[in-house]
Amino acid sequence: MPVPIFSTGIVWLKGEGPRSDIVMSSRVRLARNFAGFPFVNRCKRTDRSQVLDLAKRHLLDLQLSPQLLWIELIGLPQLERSLLVERHLISTQHSKGEEPRAVAVSTPDETLSIMVNEEDHLRIQVIRSGLALSEAFEQIDAIDDRIEDRIDFAYSPRFGYLTACPTNVGTGIRVSVMLHLPGLRITGEIEKVKRAAESMCLAVRGFYGEGSEAVGDFFQLSNQTTLGKSERAVLQDFEHRIIPKIIEYERLARRSLMEKRRHILEDQVFRALGTLRYARQLKADEALQLLSLARLGVHCGLLPDVNPSTINELILLVQSAHLQKAIRREIDQAERRIERARLVRSRIGAPQT
Amino acid sequence: MKCKCDHCDREATITEVTVRNGQKIEKHLCEDCARQEGIAFKSQSPINELITKFVMAHGQAIISAQAGSISAKASGQASCGFCGMSFAEFRQRGVLGCPECYKTFELQLGPLIERAHEGATHHVGKAPRKADLTATRAQRISLLRKQLADAIAAEQYEKAAALRDELLSAESRAPDAADPRITRAQMRAQPGAREAGSIDP
Repeated sequence: MPVPIFSTGIVWLKGEGPRSDIVMSSRVRLARNFAGFPFVNRCKRTDRSQVLDLAKRHLLDLQLSPQLLWIELIGLPQLERSLLVERHLISTQHSKGEEPRAVAVSTPDETLSIMVNEEDHLRIQVIRSGLALSEAFEQIDAIDDRIEDRIDFAYSPRFGYLTACPTNVGTGIRVSVMLHLPGLRITGEIEKVKRAAESMCLAVRGFYGEGSEAVGDFFQLSNQTTLGKSERAVLQDFEHRIIPKIIEYERLARRSLMEKRRHILEDQVFRALGTLRYARQLKADEALQLLSLARLGVHCGLLPDVNPSTINELILLVQSAHLQKAIRREIDQAERRIERARLVRSRIGAPQT
Repeated sequence: MKCKCDHCDREATITEVTVRNGQKIEKHLCEDCARQEGIAFKSQSPINELITKFVMAHGQAIISAQAGSISAKASGQASCGFCGMSFAEFRQRGVLGCPECYKTFELQLGPLIERAHEGATHHVGKAPRKADLTATRAQRISLLRKQLADAIAAEQYEKAAALRDELLSAESRAPDAADPRITRAQMRAQPGAREAGSIDP
């Protein structure tokens, strides 16, 4: 895999963008299938290859971004596949198996990624830093139009855009945000928020998406209903009604901690910083949790010497595939723990005396 | 008065009258024999004739199918004509086989989808910009043919008549060879399908 993707870092992780103290990133995804073909699960190998050829030809031709990189996943080494998963460019499901499939990624920004032959023929995704759902939607809507100028999508007037799984049928849109909610976790209110979200028919997932645990106080919130509500209605609801409330709760929780339980907050933040600066071994989840607290400390103004973008970059670099890419060696779990700690110390290390 | 085709045993629907040497000569032919003789005619398929043709062609199959699949009929189609998936298989795997499945299993999917989407029954929102919504023209014709056959089999004659009209209209539009959307991959010929434009004008 070409190095340029790795070395420039990722725009959406840099932590710039609106409300980025609490909203890590915003993502909009569309599911689409080509007319005239079975869905992916029912495709023969030749069908999948034809879908791939069609997609490749048109996506590259459309020049959807200044540079669109086409990555075939068959034959791609496991490490490279894991890198793509860690960067949120493909799902875990897409990284597994040996069927013809690919992903198209805009470089160097990586804001656009189009999976081909995952659960649907196309899974188009736009991801942005901070709370930027409207911008993400405008971008993806235009891309959808341009692809649809070339290739007919499966669609019915009653059910809308037809998808392999009926849970995605209709608009095929998934709007989601990655939220950082350590305040609510420390004050013990996170369960309340999760339940409230679920009662509003929102899916609450961990850092790695579907099937993952909430490591590092990162929560992905997304809509579940795709039928009966227009794309803009879903977006409006999310961006102007639901997310602002949760952001407000987290802000209040952080403020309450700073004003009324500052010693608890400082203790957690500085213990985390200490471990990050001096530990000789770090597991991935442990590192993520510590970085989460450091991030909280930064945004509460407790760590003036720590750069917030360093924390955000480390969130990516401590993950297994990225770690091995950073040190240019593939190593086993035990060694990774040591190297992870070393990498973290080098970036966030004790101030030079 | 119904009469048999001069060349075969089928019902004659076309009468060709020629006058030679002051004598009227009548030929009674069925559509296929007329075509073979090179006689130009406008194809007319009133609904009852469609049914007759269909039953004659598939008679045995329908009878045995009806006997065996009454329960399937009651709950809707047993399996999808395009991809072969059965509803039971869908329940097991959680994913449908192809876009046509949404039509095939519309009855059963309705309540399921309603439950999954907070009671919604119909799509609201973006639609493809092109007029021909479901598929490219070639696919649309294949799908219409399948749907027509199914409607007849299900004795939905009004639906069949509407489908037949739609089919004739779709088939009469000339294909646009220059259209880049109609790629070879998308023109997947269905087995037994007639080529578009084979009906004599």
